[in-house]
Formats: sequence, structure tokens, C-alpha cells
Amino acid sequence: MRFDSLLDSLGRTPLVGLPRLSPGGDVRLWAKLEDRNPTGSVKDRPAFYMIEKAEKDGLLTPGCTILEPTSGNTGISLAMVAKLRGYRMVCVMPENTSAERRQLLEMWGAEIISSPAAGGSNEAVRVAKRLAAENPSWVMLYQYGNEANALAHYETTGPEILADLPTVTHFVAGLGTTGTLMGVGRYLREQVPDVKIVAAEPRYGELVYGLRNIDEGFIPELYDDSVLTTRFSVGSKDALRRTRELLEQEGIFAGISTGGALHAALGMARKAVAAGERADIVFVVADGGWKYLSTGAYGGTLEEAEARLEGQLWA
Amino acid sequence: MAIEVRIPTILRNLTDGQKAVEGKGGTLDELFGDLDARHPGLRDRLVDDKGLRKFVNVYLNDEDVRFLGGLTAEVSDGDSVTILPAVAGG
Repeated sequence: MRFDSLLDSLGRTPLVGLPRLSPGGDVRLWAKLEDRNPTGSVKDRPAFYMIEKAEKDGLLTPGCTILEPTSGNTGISLAMVAKLRGYRMVCVMPENTSAERRQLLEMWGAEIISSPAAGGSNEAVRVAKRLAAENPSWVMLYQYGNEANALAHYETTGPEILADLPTVTHFVAGLGTTGTLMGVGRYLREQVPDVKIVAAEPRYGELVYGLRNIDEGFIPELYDDSVLTTRFSVGSKDALRRTRELLEQEGIFAGISTGGALHAALGMARKAVAAGERADIVFVVADGGWKYLSTGAYGGTLEEAEARLEGQLWA
Repeated sequence: MAIEVRIPTILRNLTDGQKAVEGKGGTLDELFGDLDARHPGLRDRLVDDKGLRKFVNVYLNDEDVRFLGGLTAEVSDGDSVTILPAVAGG
């Protein structure tokens, strides 16, 4: 495959079967390898769409500063595109994220403003909104409420999955900004009768939920629960266990949030087997494991790895 | 056997600091009513006149109860219920 530039190579990622982890027979699991994108994560799709849209709308002009609250991957994607297009990039990132994310952001020239660990990404959103108000010339693309985020998946990820697997019955992905699930979910619902759209939401340690009061909670503006069939909360132990199974049984070296999606996918597979129904279950490999090596997720016992992840944002 | 309910940090002032409490009931609504009898004020922090409060997420055996009928979701002995505030990802 030949492309004019790195950005032109975005998307069209492989969909690979999981012969060992699938229950077999009529129930099969498929991994959409989104780590095979230019900066190594699914976020390259929404980042590119959001920047293109902002340029088209005249919001972004050469020399502009882009501001974004991000736990890492979106910031990394935006920083890469910003570098190529000549924008300054400022990320607000919770301090309890992996060292590699910070290193990658700096490598692509982004400036990082740390937000407090307690409250997780909620705090990053709050700090970014304050900075946006203080710096009216900065452009906050705001992945949580930017329709271009979901549109990227509606126009690219969804059609790719259906073209590669017309018999798809389930789509499972991690729930963060909700962009992947909203975009792919809406597309597949239009095309595939009775398709099931399943969210796997990371459940972190207590620190992340340490808000001052419940009304400080946050729901992304993009979220529409009518798109989903159901939503699971996956703790770090289950996510780690599945991440390791994916590595050991299928050879796929994925990030920890992928283990969460796989856990939900396997749950749906079990239900299909019990009901005697056929199923082709697609789940998203949001990124590779490289950015999480320093967290100790892949070494030692599960309990040790879980303890090391306590209080960290792993998705 | 009873139903275990995990309480987030932010609501533990209502459970004497306990991370998890036990209750009973046939639906989530009955369970919250039962808990409120021993932990007064808890139900009001979770539910308003429209149902579950916007920024409160409740999971029954790890599944979001909003997809299981909300307050009418059926619960039974041995189930595990987790209450968490809504937080951002991404």
C-alpha cells in the first residue's frame, strides 16, 4: 500500500479473527487493530477529523494554539497533526497517566499542563475550560462534545467493519468520550438489523472518583444512551487479565483498555453460546501496549499489576 | 445472603465510612429504600423525582442498570451493586 503522506495512511486498519479466544462454532471474536494508525491509537481518526473540520470552518488558521483536555491518546494524535500543520498544541492531562504518554506528547512538541489526579479526567476538562475562557484566541476542539469525533467513526471505522464483516452482530468498544461507540454504533444500527452495541467502561481506583460532590460528575455531550444496547463497568483486574490473555493466546500486544473491551466481548460471546445464537463480535484494540510498559501491567502476578495500577488512568 | 452495595467515597459519610453495605429487596428501588432505613439520606443522593440522578451510575453485577430497567431492575440475593459518580474518559 502506498500513500502520499502519513496522514493519508490513516484508517483502513486490519480486522483479525481470534481463533483461540473465540468459543468456536458460530460464535467468533474479531479484533479491529486501531493501534495500526499513524500515532498508534484509534484517536488518530477523531483528531484528524476535528482538525480538518475546524480548518474548514475557519476556526483554525496557521499559527493558532490548540487546547485539549486528554488522558493521552487524543492529545498525542492532535500533537502529531498540529506539528505537521503548524499549530501550537497545549494539552491538559491528569497527572496520574503513564510516563510514556507524557514523553510522546513532548516528542511531538506539545506543552503539557497537569491537572490533579483526584477526579481524573473530570479535572482535566474543568482546567481546560478555565484556560479556554482565559485565552479566547486558543481553539479547544473539545473531543467530548465535538460531533466530528463521532463522525470520524460513522464515516470510516463503521463502514470498514461492515465491509470486512457483513455478518457482524456485535460491536464492543471502550467508553471514554463515547465518540467511537456513538459513531460506529449509529452507522451499524442503520445498516445491520438487531446489531448490538456494547460499551466497556473502565472502573478505576477510588482516587479517580474522589469528587467533591456528585454534581461535579461528567457525562460527555456526545453521549446518547439510545445508541447502546448495554454498558459494562470493567475493573482493572479483569482488564489486565484479558489484556494478558490476548497477548498469550493470540499474540496481540494491546493496551489495558483493550482488555476491558475484550472482557465485555467475551461476556457477550458467552451469552450467545448459552442462547444457541450465532455471533460475530467485533471489539476495538484502541492502542498497543507500548505506552503502558512502565505501569508494570505485563509483568508479575495479576494482583501485583493491579496494585501498581491503583489510582492510575489506564484508558 | 443479601445484596452487597459498594458505596463511593463521596457518599460514605452516610454509611459511617463503610465501603460496602448490605441490603435487600426485589428491585433496585426497594433495595435503595431498605438501605435508606439504616442510612438515612442515602436514597435522596441517588434518586430524584425523575429516577436515578444524572451523575450517578449504578451497576448491577457490572452492568449499567439504566439498560436493565433503572430503578425497576430486578435484584436478588448474592447480587453485587456498585454505585459510582460519572467521570470522563478520553
